[in-house]
Amino acid sequence: MSRIDVRKTYKLFIGGAFPRSESGRSYDVYAAPTREGNRAFLANAAQASRKDARNAVVAARKAVAGWSGATAYNRGQVLYRVAEVMESRRDQLIAEVRSAEGLTAARAATVVDAAIDRWVWYAGWTDKIAQVTGNANPVAGPYFNISAPEPTGVVAVVAPQGDSLLGLVSVVAPVVATGNTCVVIASQEHPLPAITLAECLATSDLPGGVVNVLTGDPAEMAPWLASHLDVNAIDLAGAGSLDWAALEADAAGNLKRVRRPSTDEDFTATPALSRMTDFLETKTVWHPKGR
Amino acid sequence: MPTFEYAPAPESRAVVTIEDSYGLFIGGEWTPGHGTPFATINPATGEHLSTVAEATTDDVDAAVRAARTAYTRVWSRMSGTDRGKYLFRIARIMQERARELAVLETIDNGKPIKETRDFDVPTAAAHFFYHAGWADKLEYAGLGSDIRPHGVVGQIIPWNFPLLMLAWKIAPALAAGNTVVLKPAETTPLAAMLFAEICQQADLPPGVVNIVTGAGATGQSIVDHPGIDKIAFTGSTAVGKMIARSIAGTEKKATLELGGKAANIIFDDAPIDQAVEGIVGGIFFNQGQVCCAGSRLLVQENIVDDVVRRLKRRLETLRLGDPLDKNTDVGAINSAEQLARITELTEAGVAEGAERWDTGCPLPKNGFWFRPTLFTGVSQSHRIAQEEIFGPVLSVLTFRTPGEAVAKANNTPYGLSAGVWTEKGSRILWIADQLRAGVVWANTFNQFDPTSPFGGYKESGYGREGGRQGLAAYVRSGGVA
Repeated sequence: MSRIDVRKTYKLFIGGAFPRSESGRSYDVYAAPTREGNRAFLANAAQASRKDARNAVVAARKAVAGWSGATAYNRGQVLYRVAEVMESRRDQLIAEVRSAEGLTAARAATVVDAAIDRWVWYAGWTDKIAQVTGNANPVAGPYFNISAPEPTGVVAVVAPQGDSLLGLVSVVAPVVATGNTCVVIASQEHPLPAITLAECLATSDLPGGVVNVLTGDPAEMAPWLASHLDVNAIDLAGAGSLDWAALEADAAGNLKRVRRPSTDEDFTATPALSRMTDFLETKTVWHPKGR
Repeated sequence: MPTFEYAPAPESRAVVTIEDSYGLFIGGEWTPGHGTPFATINPATGEHLSTVAEATTDDVDAAVRAARTAYTRVWSRMSGTDRGKYLFRIARIMQERARELAVLETIDNGKPIKETRDFDVPTAAAHFFYHAGWADKLEYAGLGSDIRPHGVVGQIIPWNFPLLMLAWKIAPALAAGNTVVLKPAETTPLAAMLFAEICQQADLPPGVVNIVTGAGATGQSIVDHPGIDKIAFTGSTAVGKMIARSIAGTEKKATLELGGKAANIIFDDAPIDQAVEGIVGGIFFNQGQVCCAGSRLLVQENIVDDVVRRLKRRLETLRLGDPLDKNTDVGAINSAEQLARITELTEAGVAEGAERWDTGCPLPKNGFWFRPTLFTGVSQSHRIAQEEIFGPVLSVLTFRTPGEAVAKANNTPYGLSAGVWTEKGSRILWIADQLRAGVVWANTFNQFDPTSPFGGYKESGYGREGGRQGLAAYVRSGGVA
């Protein structure tokens, strides 16, 4: 007799904990259709509400001081640890991406490997981005003057809706590498890899609240994040099929930094530096020189 | 204290010729506008200076088309070296005609000749000189491997530094290979009119710089024009938000340099006399009509009486009057509207319970004037501690610990600039890290340089002007950056 397997309940990831939606809602998640067009039931995912999104912003804000104040070296160590933990769950991630997106085993492995490697790439960036984008300024006067990048704060992210793991990692890792915290709305149709990623993050010494993962309907949640006055920036990467012009207009309420939707972005390619710099501020400090 | 009498030392106006009326500068030519012409006056006297054309949506369209033609046919095909040479020429002509520019700016804006002569004009020329050198070195700027200009840039500038803001906008745009349509503020168009003449003198190809005059409606026409690839705006946060909304859902890029409510933090170990000079320069420079003005003074509680006493003594020595007089420290407020806003907010300060003090100096009969004013007993929730006054009004608050100073300094939706005064180096660096502001002046205030990026956090806008980071706003990058 075969063993009755223990199935997983997929929940949200907010402030380092895994709560259900406060609304009590969940929705059915199905596998990619088979050749015959059948879609197997995979799980019930939590359907996050406006209140969950707001709670996630509170958690993200709370985490800003600690994470942005951590040394760049420390952030790099933590990001590398994420890659290590994902590597140890590689088979699980491949299986989940494969069933979600209907990829071949080989393609799913390529995608998962690229997602893991992306964390390694950004782990190496944490202590270099300030050197690449900052500099001393030779002002015409007796002053020490230096410009350096700083994280903008809390970043809301609408993750790519098709590419459930690599797309997600490609938009979240650059945001947190530089010291921001984020609230990310995962792929609505394929939310399970996002929650497994959250489990990796939860066991990687990433402080609670640095990454908060919401599953559910982006059209329901994104407007609340776009208009939220304690959110500093929004990445509309996966909002191409939403009314993203309205989201960008909402974001103007507190002058959020906005990254517009990407069209057909190839997430296997080397990322643009702007994925980090779009969520950085330049601070310039002056001090007189004198004897 | 003995009082010194100063003999009048007015700068001559003879160096400047102001035309009776000005048209729009489109495609290298002066053309009449199709809107309702408006007057520009000398805010220090109320004297009518000239009548300026108002650009309609059709006029803006003509300017954008001229800019596009110049971009496609000339400017984007020209080598960086040649673009740079034009910018060097402009910088040199500005230096040669510096006296003229300074006098004109003072007449049209109301700011003291001491400031236009020693700050506005030389710094504007320096901006052209600095960016001229970038034009043929863009690939070394670390902005990516395949960088291209945006195309046609719409630029809208304020009235507080008419020539300098023009330089901040036009110099990097042209260096990076863009062409521009620029709108000066409706109360201070004359510097831009003279700049148009300088472009002609420099033989700048027609259409590379187009200048359209008008008020908010003209600005909106620029923002909404489909032929504009990027907007650069300096002005109020309210208008900045309108622009951000207007371009939502388009491919237009924007940099916004908006309002501020800078904290200037004085610790008890600071060199107090130097700090007082910094506080005065921080808030009374340009009559306080500066977005990065140090309008909130945060003084450590145990020295507040001493600081306020020295501050009042210093303010009483400021000379307010004829902006063309070389001894004048405080000039005129730019417009009746601005004076009304300053008056309204200071009245709110009194009504909310803060204690008002001003120098009591006599004010000229005509024009728009406001005495250097100081409020003590200000609390965080007072409007004079929260809203940008944009005038010669300083609100004094206190703190006890460095942590409290930081919390109060950051308690604002703005984040443009901040100041800190202390002799302790480690504290300076810690505070500088904690302040959510784009520019932090430590033991100094209101310093500017073309090589030094300027711009804000939070609702003070986004993007930088000046330096490598400022240049980045005027290019698109392909490749990996």
